[in-house]
Amino acid sequence: MAKQVQVVDDVTIRFAGDSGDGMQLAGTQFTDTTAIVGNDLSTVPDFPAEIRAPAGSLAGVSGFSLHFSSSDIQTLGDALDVLVAMNPAALRVNMRDLKRNSTIIVNTNAFDTKNLKLANYSTNPLEDGTLSGYNVIPVELTKVTMATLEDLSLSLKEKEKCKNFFALGLLYWMYNRPLEITEKWLATKFAKKPELLEANKRVLNAGYNYGETTEIFTTRYDVKPAKLPKGIYRNVSGNEAVALGMVVASLKSGLKLFLGSYPITPASEILQELSKYKDYGVVTFQAEDEIAGIASAIGAAFAGNLALTTTSGPGLSLKAEAIGLGVMTELPLVIVDVQRGGPSTGLPTKTEQSDLLQAMYGRHGEAPVVVLAAQSPADCFFMAIEASKIALKFMVPVILLTDGYLAFGSEPLRIPTFEEIPEITVKFRTEPEGFYPYMRDENFVRPWAIPGTPGLEHRIGGLEKKDVYGGISYEPENHQVMTENREKKVEQVVTIIPDVVVDGAEEGELLIISWGSTYGVIKESLKVVRKAGKDVSHVHLQYLNPFPKNLSAILSKFKKVLVPEMNLGQLSMLLRNKYMKELIQLNKMQGQPFKIAEIEKKIYEVLGA
Amino acid sequence: MENRIDQVQEVKYTAKDFSSGIDVKWCPGCGDYSVLAQVQKTSPDFGEKRENIVWVSGIGCSSRFPYYMNTYGFHGIHGRAAAIATGVKLANPKLQVWVATGDGDMMSIGGNHFIHACRKNINMKIVMFNNKIYGLTKGQYSPTSERGKHTKSSPYGTVDWPFNPIKVATGSGASFVARSLDRDPKHMQEIITRAAHHKGIAFVEIYQNCPIFNDGAYFPLTEKETKADNIILLEHNKPLVFGANKDKGVKLDGLNPVIIDLNDGVHSINDCWVHDEFDDNPTRVFLLARFTDIPGFPTPVGVFRQFNKATYDIDYVKQIEDVKQKQGEGTYEKLMFKTGTWEVN
Repeated sequence: MAKQVQVVDDVTIRFAGDSGDGMQLAGTQFTDTTAIVGNDLSTVPDFPAEIRAPAGSLAGVSGFSLHFSSSDIQTLGDALDVLVAMNPAALRVNMRDLKRNSTIIVNTNAFDTKNLKLANYSTNPLEDGTLSGYNVIPVELTKVTMATLEDLSLSLKEKEKCKNFFALGLLYWMYNRPLEITEKWLATKFAKKPELLEANKRVLNAGYNYGETTEIFTTRYDVKPAKLPKGIYRNVSGNEAVALGMVVASLKSGLKLFLGSYPITPASEILQELSKYKDYGVVTFQAEDEIAGIASAIGAAFAGNLALTTTSGPGLSLKAEAIGLGVMTELPLVIVDVQRGGPSTGLPTKTEQSDLLQAMYGRHGEAPVVVLAAQSPADCFFMAIEASKIALKFMVPVILLTDGYLAFGSEPLRIPTFEEIPEITVKFRTEPEGFYPYMRDENFVRPWAIPGTPGLEHRIGGLEKKDVYGGISYEPENHQVMTENREKKVEQVVTIIPDVVVDGAEEGELLIISWGSTYGVIKESLKVVRKAGKDVSHVHLQYLNPFPKNLSAILSKFKKVLVPEMNLGQLSMLLRNKYMKELIQLNKMQGQPFKIAEIEKKIYEVLGA
Repeated sequence: MENRIDQVQEVKYTAKDFSSGIDVKWCPGCGDYSVLAQVQKTSPDFGEKRENIVWVSGIGCSSRFPYYMNTYGFHGIHGRAAAIATGVKLANPKLQVWVATGDGDMMSIGGNHFIHACRKNINMKIVMFNNKIYGLTKGQYSPTSERGKHTKSSPYGTVDWPFNPIKVATGSGASFVARSLDRDPKHMQEIITRAAHHKGIAFVEIYQNCPIFNDGAYFPLTEKETKADNIILLEHNKPLVFGANKDKGVKLDGLNPVIIDLNDGVHSINDCWVHDEFDDNPTRVFLLARFTDIPGFPTPVGVFRQFNKATYDIDYVKQIEDVKQKQGEGTYEKLMFKTGTWEVN
């Protein structure tokens, strides 16, 4: 029977199974192939906090979701078109994310009494009508995988582990993707293990052929390449992009990059990634604790490096005192906070935007810092460079906020040429004549004089310093002057940050203001409401302290302003405080990003439609 | 890796060159003055140009030290001196990095940074002023205060057991461990100079008198009449002998140190424990460190132990150089375009 080919605009699929089923790997392979065939895409892994929860259990379900499209997309989309469920637990956990009529590919071999019980199914959902209304494709995934590999001398366990590639092959057939990219990857990966190479290749092809020949598949789908701007692309996760951005900032500034960090979910990948770049001279100091992470970075900044510390919420709390030291000593320092659900240990593997006020104010004394936020995985690259540039230019700590969703999510980055990236100019003070440690330029910035420079020996520290001269000073008026100078310096940053651009009409009924990882979902929501004829404008903030200078004027031109955030209203509080403007909040605290439908619903509610 | 110590110094410095010239504001009679004087006196012998020396400190009376030195200085926050100094050293391994700290700063709030700096053998020098009291906060007991001590925060006496810093340092893997006294300038100069020339982390504990809140804590060790009977000088390859007439010694009876009378007709100098600074085995260092915990035993001063151990900073630089040699210097092209790219036309 000839199979139909149906052209679709975009598809969201999810691979789900046990932590050990290789779902992240299958997902990443599908992503790489999809990127290379030219779709725009967005991915999100969803893995449990437990590294290896008991096999078949609900707690152990690991998933990888991928949204790919023939047009420009920013986010995952609300619901799944296809779910690959490797066991009953994976089915149960992911059911609520399925669209009506969506396709479920199940490994029927895993639906035995034991696994059904582990997933709290009293009867088999494949037989009891639970899945009516869905397009269920039962495949004896384990059995066919084993049969394909029957003649190989691998152990049973090794053979069984190949079944993720059967599922992958099947999806490659369904979405009309080539096998070569994954085959090439396998050849490198298993260069020294020819039998595993053979096994995985064979299973991948078997999955593909299964789709081609089996009658249960009647349709395959075609998602045409997206019209993306010309250029060379690569797929990046947010954490990877931060690491790359920092190395680029090091290349641009000519400074050695120093990272002082302590492992913490979901930020550890930045430390891991940067530890690879020894050929760039990057020093990654895995410190004994969070405080040593930042304290060592401050020491490195004093000695003239591009200094970085990376962490998540609990670590940012521990670093608070030392950030104050960075403010007082006026040294350049980049602090990356990959936000997670809090307070306390909270939801380590889930996402939230609840550290904004901590980043702004979480220190004793008047301790202003610059606060930036990345809006997408690829934007993490540019914002890491921007954070470095501002820190070095203004001799000030800069906190860059990302979050768990950006950190682990991925999307294509159009790689700029080296020349397209802004220059970062650093000038150390070398001239002893007329040097004082706390003299300031027109931006209130003090000179950076590093150890090793003859004639500039000086002492700085956490005690208040005499304006200009830098000796310890307890004079009342001097403390006022210095406090104001530190504040003015941060305010001066506004002179080099770009004006914010309104997406949509410059004035009107409703403006949405957002920051951080909600960017994608808000853009997708706007597409939906605009299609329905609603005129809604949008401003997305990457600069949170200081705010862009044209923000005030923009706010005044809208009747209503809606601020969606994954917290209880932290940006709203800052905006209200600064601009005295009535705001409407939309707050979600579920460890999960907003859904398009949630934003859409709120827009209609606000517009009274 | 070049050895900074062997470099020929172009300028001949004097102690005065290392004074920042600002008013020193410790209390009159404070032992800190002596430490400052001995460090300034010996700094010309550190084999390093002034601009390449960095003093880092935490919080406490002793941590004001960097302000008085005419070198680069960083007055940090409480307890974090070792971590800040580690960053300075790794950022520029050519610098000679010193830490000035106290018993509260380094043994209490900074304990974690201290043990890990020792473990990693970061090539820096830690001079810890131990006055067994919190001075700057005006007189609370510290982690080195003797048990039962009456202070402002322990009016009925402490029930804490104190840390023995020599043991903590040795147990954490420090590759140079020594002790000196504020009232023995010559000895302190010798110890400081030797610490400066050690490759790896050097920990120097200085018994320092706080005339305001813990006056006389070390008088038995520093006053003329009692000193000789209460101090035992550690010198490499020399027997452990003490007393005004050098008539007492320490011998090792299994794992127990025993005080012997060299004039009792039974014992002689040949029975005495001979100090070996370069001992591979830390066991005897712990036994020596224990002397201060055993009533009646003299307090050892001098170098307890020093040994060669690969240092973090040198090995880190080496690793970077090895990778660069193998993979070539990193470039933007290599970083961004090496793998997994595709082109959109």
